Amino acid sequence: MTTISQALAPGQLTSGRLPRATIPVFLVAASLLGFALAVLFAGGNLALAALLAYLLYLIAIEVAARIVEGSRQAADRRASNLIVGAFALALIPLGSVTWSAISKGMARFDVDYFTMSMRNVVGPGGGALHAITGTLFVTGAAAAISVPIGLLAAIYLAEYGAGKRLAKAITFFVDVMTGVPSIVAGLFAYALMTLIIGPNNGFGLSGSVALSVLMIPVVVRSSEELLRLVPNELREASYALGVPKWLTITRVVLPTAVSGIISGVILAIARVIGETAPLLVAAGFTASMNNNLFANPMMTLPVYVYDSYQHPGVDVQVYLDRAWAGALTLILIVMLLNLIGRLIARRFAPKTGH
Amino acid sequence: MSKRIEITDLNVYYGSFRAVEDVTMTIAPKSVTAFIGPSGCGKSTFLRTLNRMHEVIPGARVEGEVLLDGENLYGPGVDPVRVRRQVGMVFQRPNPFPTMSIKENVLAGINLNNRRMPSSAKDELAEHALRGANLWEEVKNRMNLPGSGLSGGQQQRLCIARAIAMEPEVLLMDEPCSALDPISTLAIEDLMNELKEKYTIVIVTHNMQQAARVSDVTAFFNIAGTGAPGRLIESGPTDKIFSAPDVKATEDYISGRFG
Ligand SMILES: Nc1ncnc2c1ncn2[C@@H]1O[C@H](COP(=O)(O)OP(=O)(O)OP(=O)(O)O)[C@@H](O)[C@H]1O
Ligand SMILES: [Mg+2]
Repeated sequence: MTTISQALAPGQLTSGRLPRATIPVFLVAASLLGFALAVLFAGGNLALAALLAYLLYLIAIEVAARIVEGSRQAADRRASNLIVGAFALALIPLGSVTWSAISKGMARFDVDYFTMSMRNVVGPGGGALHAITGTLFVTGAAAAISVPIGLLAAIYLAEYGAGKRLAKAITFFVDVMTGVPSIVAGLFAYALMTLIIGPNNGFGLSGSVALSVLMIPVVVRSSEELLRLVPNELREASYALGVPKWLTITRVVLPTAVSGIISGVILAIARVIGETAPLLVAAGFTASMNNNLFANPMMTLPVYVYDSYQHPGVDVQVYLDRAWAGALTLILIVMLLNLIGRLIARRFAPKTGH
Repeated sequence: MSKRIEITDLNVYYGSFRAVEDVTMTIAPKSVTAFIGPSGCGKSTFLRTLNRMHEVIPGARVEGEVLLDGENLYGPGVDPVRVRRQVGMVFQRPNPFPTMSIKENVLAGINLNNRRMPSSAKDELAEHALRGANLWEEVKNRMNLPGSGLSGGQQQRLCIARAIAMEPEVLLMDEPCSALDPISTLAIEDLMNELKEKYTIVIVTHNMQQAARVSDVTAFFNIAGTGAPGRLIESGPTDKIFSAPDVKATEDYISGRFG
């Protein structure tokens, strides 16, 4: 009886709670104090002010929470504040890059930019149409090469390879391939194409091959992981219905994993679409449109940005503006890809709930 | 239609671990055979050797003979896919396909095997199978919603419907009612009684009353201790096993006395 009445005694389940207003008040106070200290001692360095404000806020909350709420809640608040701090830190470069690309890229984000190539353009004007189409062609072909190869390899590893020597060897070489420097991939593609068709100045498909070398390991790894996540019970359910293994894989396992696999492929594309070095070597450089993957150099956006920045003409600003607009376009393409990937993934995701 | 299963000197291994030792028994056609025994004694393992599901697990293997109407399941050249089309299975845990609707789940055996069938016949088959599993009334208005949105017990009945839609010769059920309420359990038991007119049925159960109610033959499995293989202690007509078993251990297990 005593234990029950003790457990029910008022106050056993409640504890002190910091008032809601504490957090904003502390935040403002810490910011002001941090800024004041930075002005006094460091000439108003903003980064230092933010850091000081954050540290002051951490200490203030720690002390207040310990006094009012007890040590467990204080630890909880400390951990959350540290996590939020790390998150904010990670967002700074992202926000900064986005902001630079947008603010500097808008100068040339005009109709001309998306309708003209650089053919016969020396001074202002011109555009990046040849680089945009080139990037789409080269990356599209790279995806067309890598996705089937990567997916089939992943299916072999996850569904057939268990414990086999060949599977272990493939896993090893895929891991090695993940670490291949991108310039090596470019040189490989260039050398391979030189062996096959003789000396050349680079062409689209050669660039695609170089990108594939970088993309295949990413596709294999992510797809394999996702196939392994499919519960064995589903495979067994299918086998027990007298469904052969290959139909089980194509009709049960792949559909269950497909949304994740698509996300993995999109990530792999995003990973290679900004590659510069291998494309410079393998796909070459041109100022003109080229819609033929199999002959003549093909311009791509990263190479375009690199070239505008590195080899400006007389009016430097014109070239810099074009470079930033190219960077912005590249970011937008990747964002669009992510968006499309999400839509497709949602369309195929395993259905749950009602 | 229904087939006899004869098992001789069957040993079942997971890698080097022998899970089931020297089982010899005959499972009669057009009857319900119940496997009972303590947890971990190899009932599921043994059941899975009857439609070659055991070999799906890496490192698992089988020694001995399983004859399905005289044909050895483990003979050379036997295609496990053909075996499984004749010997259906319901698993201990419900496993509906998450990418498929309720209707697609029931018809999975037809669809996944690319078997052609007019859509009206498919609808009829789905309804028949769902009625058999006592699920029709609950799902008839949401046949196109995902199967994974059902409750656990409903999912299990969905899996039963999926298995009987294939109209197998033999139906293996691993604790099909362990997640079900008494009403659905009775419905499944009625279904077994109805199915045994045409098929051979084997169930694993921890519910003694259920074994007594539905089965014609009961087989008792036991293990000597941890790490020891499971053995068939005795099998015989359910009446006899439950009233006057030959072995003391059987009586102890059935009446709830151990040790
Ligand atoms: N995949 C596996 N790999 C290795 N050992 C296994 C595997 N599955 C089961 N075993 C072992 O085989 C033995 C028999 O297991 P089984 O699942 O057949 O028992 P069971 O009689 O069905 O038990 P329960 O009544 O709890 O379902 C156990 O010792 C178990 O640990
Ligand atoms: Mg079991």
